[in-house]
Amino acid sequence: MTELLRAVGLTKRFGGLAAVSEVSIDLWQGRIHAVIGPNGAGKSTLTNLLSGDLAPTSGAIMLAGHDVTGWSPERISRAGLGRSYQKTNIFHPFTVWENVRLAAQSRRPHPARWLQLASSFVDTNERAGEALELAGLTQRRDAIAGTISHGEQRQLEIAMTLATGPRVLLLDEPLAGMGHAEAERMVELLLKIKPGHAMMLVEHDMDAVFTLADQLTVMVNGQVIASGTPAAIREDANVQSAYLGEEA
Amino acid sequence: MKANLETLPRALQAVVALGLFALAVFPLFGTDFYAQMVARMMILAIFAMSLDLLLGVTGLVSLGHAAFFGLAGYALAFLTPAGEAVSLWWTLPLAAAAAGLAALIIGFFVVRTHGIYFIMVTMAFAQMVFFLFFDNKVLGGSDGIYVNFKPSAGLFDLDNKLVFYYFTLAMLLLVYAFLRRVLFSPFGRVLAGIRINEHRMRAIGYSTFGYKLAAFSLAGALAGLAGYLWAAQSGFVNPELMGFQMSAHAMMMVILGGMGNFAGAIIGAFAFEYLLEWFKDLPAIGAVHLGKHWQLWMGLFIVLVVVFAPRGLLGLAERRPRKATSDD
Repeated sequence: MTELLRAVGLTKRFGGLAAVSEVSIDLWQGRIHAVIGPNGAGKSTLTNLLSGDLAPTSGAIMLAGHDVTGWSPERISRAGLGRSYQKTNIFHPFTVWENVRLAAQSRRPHPARWLQLASSFVDTNERAGEALELAGLTQRRDAIAGTISHGEQRQLEIAMTLATGPRVLLLDEPLAGMGHAEAERMVELLLKIKPGHAMMLVEHDMDAVFTLADQLTVMVNGQVIASGTPAAIREDANVQSAYLGEEA
Repeated sequence: MKANLETLPRALQAVVALGLFALAVFPLFGTDFYAQMVARMMILAIFAMSLDLLLGVTGLVSLGHAAFFGLAGYALAFLTPAGEAVSLWWTLPLAAAAAGLAALIIGFFVVRTHGIYFIMVTMAFAQMVFFLFFDNKVLGGSDGIYVNFKPSAGLFDLDNKLVFYYFTLAMLLLVYAFLRRVLFSPFGRVLAGIRINEHRMRAIGYSTFGYKLAAFSLAGALAGLAGYLWAAQSGFVNPELMGFQMSAHAMMMVILGGMGNFAGAIIGAFAFEYLLEWFKDLPAIGAVHLGKHWQLWMGLFIVLVVVFAPRGLLGLAERRPRKATSDD
């Protein structure tokens, strides 16, 4: 087992408010680490800190052995971290294929070329094709991304992330707004890609969380109140009163 | 965010081809006066296309693009000695490169801003360049500088209006073909991605700053090419060439024609210039001279286009096939 990401003592303050306070988390290849907690617990802020969208007020982030604290999102992405968004964040006017192709292209040395057709790069096309296949969207490749169903857009979101070939994946509520069948397909997809990646999963769907997660961290008000195996978390009295109890 | 009309439908391709053919045979029928006028329109079309790379493709709303147009014009004016012509073959690339370099330097500062700030900062830089030339006698001051001789090309004589016309047409075709190629290259796809969702581009690993800066410089160099031709044709440069009006006109041309595919920019440039002449020629009714208020009519017309044809004149032609595909 390799540890691919470790964050220690992450804190993010917005003015007087600590959205994330002294959070530590570690992600290992082949394991899914789920982060749960009520709305406003700081889960998305934590994701944004790890992806470089926000710079932490204090704390450190190590990605595959490198200190990436304070790096820009594009640099962190190139260092092997991919993320998806809670609110679907795709290129709506492009085709499904172009969304994934553009993501795959970012890992190649040729994006700066001016005079060749973008569609003529075999390696990029293969990479994009694999990601599309993995996400189960091959049939929809020519559809305009803005016109496909919400569930498919969520799949596309993952496909784009996969096309960049990340080792660490941060998935921010991949099941949000999905119907039962769509959610099941997404869980299957996540299980399929699990072996090759270290994953952090922010999710509200508890069935999915307990199906997928190897490790659970519970956040409330920006702080970690418990962390451990799913079984241990289920037993935890703090968690039950703070979170799981309310949901049940 | 709506998609640009990047791939031109068959009918539009035919229109563009027909238009270019018309440009090729036009001098055979028109007088020298009109050939000169159309050559000027073609120069403006090159200028508009260069702005479209920023405005329509990358989503960078530059209100200072004329700075680079004017700079290259001045470059030719400075490079041309008082008593003889200077060679086209090194002054043209040099003037375009100088405009590109200026764009690289200005771009380094402006490209990191977004939205309304980008608009303001590009305008501010262009105004700085404008006043630099306007206030400096050494740089020609408010009167500008004469370009006494058209550049000499050796193989052909640019003093001949017909030759100049065809040289300009060749440049127009070259720039159009080049930009269409760039549009569908990996680089062009990145620029389009930045227009639609820059945040996501960064998240998938693109250093968008570098791409935007490259686009800004390339657009500046191409605007310089147009400015050089303008100075060569008119034999005169003045600060107006880099003025706010010039930048705004280019923007109106691109919006009028339809953004993001370069064909629209060409059509917009011709339509804008044609309308401008037409509005200026409006008669006087009683004490009100309609032609004098051409800016008012032009403004109204642009507003109408934006309201009723938000994707420009080209977008109008596209309406039908689009509905057909959404039905199936």
